[in-house]
Amino acid sequence: MTPRRKKRLLLVLLMIFGVSSATALALKAFDQNMMFFYSPTEINAGKAPENRDFRIGGLVVQGSVVRSEKSLMVKFDLTDTKEVITVQYAGILPDLFREGQGIIARGQLNDGVINAVEVLAKHDENYMPPEIADAVATAKEAN
Amino acid sequence: MMQWFHRMASPAWFYRFSGKLIPFLILTFTPLLIIGLYGGLVTAPSDYQQGDAFRIIYVHVPAAWMSLFIYIVMAVYAVITLIWRIKLAEILLISSAPVGVGFTILALATGSLWGKPMWGTWWSWDARLTSELLLLFLYLGVIGLYRAIEEKRTASRFVSILVLVGTVNIPIIHYSVEWWNTLHQGSTITLTEKPSMHIDMLIPLLMMAIAFKVFYGISLLIQARAELVEREFNSRWVRELVEENSDG
Repeated sequence: MTPRRKKRLLLVLLMIFGVSSATALALKAFDQNMMFFYSPTEINAGKAPENRDFRIGGLVVQGSVVRSEKSLMVKFDLTDTKEVITVQYAGILPDLFREGQGIIARGQLNDGVINAVEVLAKHDENYMPPEIADAVATAKEAN
Repeated sequence: MMQWFHRMASPAWFYRFSGKLIPFLILTFTPLLIIGLYGGLVTAPSDYQQGDAFRIIYVHVPAAWMSLFIYIVMAVYAVITLIWRIKLAEILLISSAPVGVGFTILALATGSLWGKPMWGTWWSWDARLTSELLLLFLYLGVIGLYRAIEEKRTASRFVSILVLVGTVNIPIIHYSVEWWNTLHQGSTITLTEKPSMHIDMLIPLLMMAIAFKVFYGISLLIQARAELVEREFNSRWVRELVEENSDG
């Protein structure tokens, strides 16, 4: 490699290094805002913002879903397997909403209850045919 | 080795060689696409959670992979352009950008169509979705900057710097689902771990991924040949080529 090309290579490496460190620092500064949702544990520890919408993510607790008979109002508990928080929501739920499913709700905290304005379902990265999913579930119960 | 490298980078040689390569690539691409699509949309079993809706993965994931892959390839051409000033690298760099735009739009659009029924929303400003949108703007910025500068060799150098600056976005897109809580799920297929997908679903997905890669090869070569002739229309080899073709 000629000295001129070596110099150019050095400049390119320096530029990549500079831009990367600048981005890393910026992301570090934004860390809290980059979080898409808070977990029930974080909310119960008082980490969630007050008087402002934020998102909560967790699994719907088995048997906790209560639907109102007169309206679309639905109440359910979310857990991160440690702490539990109650969410109420009036609206149409996504197809994947069910007990045990991971969901993300957006709303405000009022007296320990989240008044959600939006409920989204989160699915995992596992894909398998239904028969195999059943087999996995039975194997888990057997243990 | 270096000699072979220089011969390959000569515009006339590249033009002839790529012309012969394109038909073979098309012959590879077509069966791969047909079998991959048939496998994904018809023979693969439906998902335990998402039913048949998960089948959009066969377009969404390969397109998203390509959007990252093409950018990384462009970054390699950018380094070659800046250090060795090889003209062919400049041409391959700028010819990749429109293909990258296409795949990024495809990934974003199919993701949106998938998100509405499954998540319950078309769009959400989570880290994965936002960084992928940023990638689209980077691609468009590259094309815009190249077009804005008259002198194409100068333009290529500026574009290379923009591409290299934008490279920081690539690891951010890839690791966004691990570093932060996102609505988007984690990666199903990684290089280090066993894929969390049933094998009958996986094979068509990988076929589609290869088909998309070959498609990139085809469109890149076609685009690059056109760009090459346009830039070199005054040179001897292009004039010879025109004479050859008008004789026959």
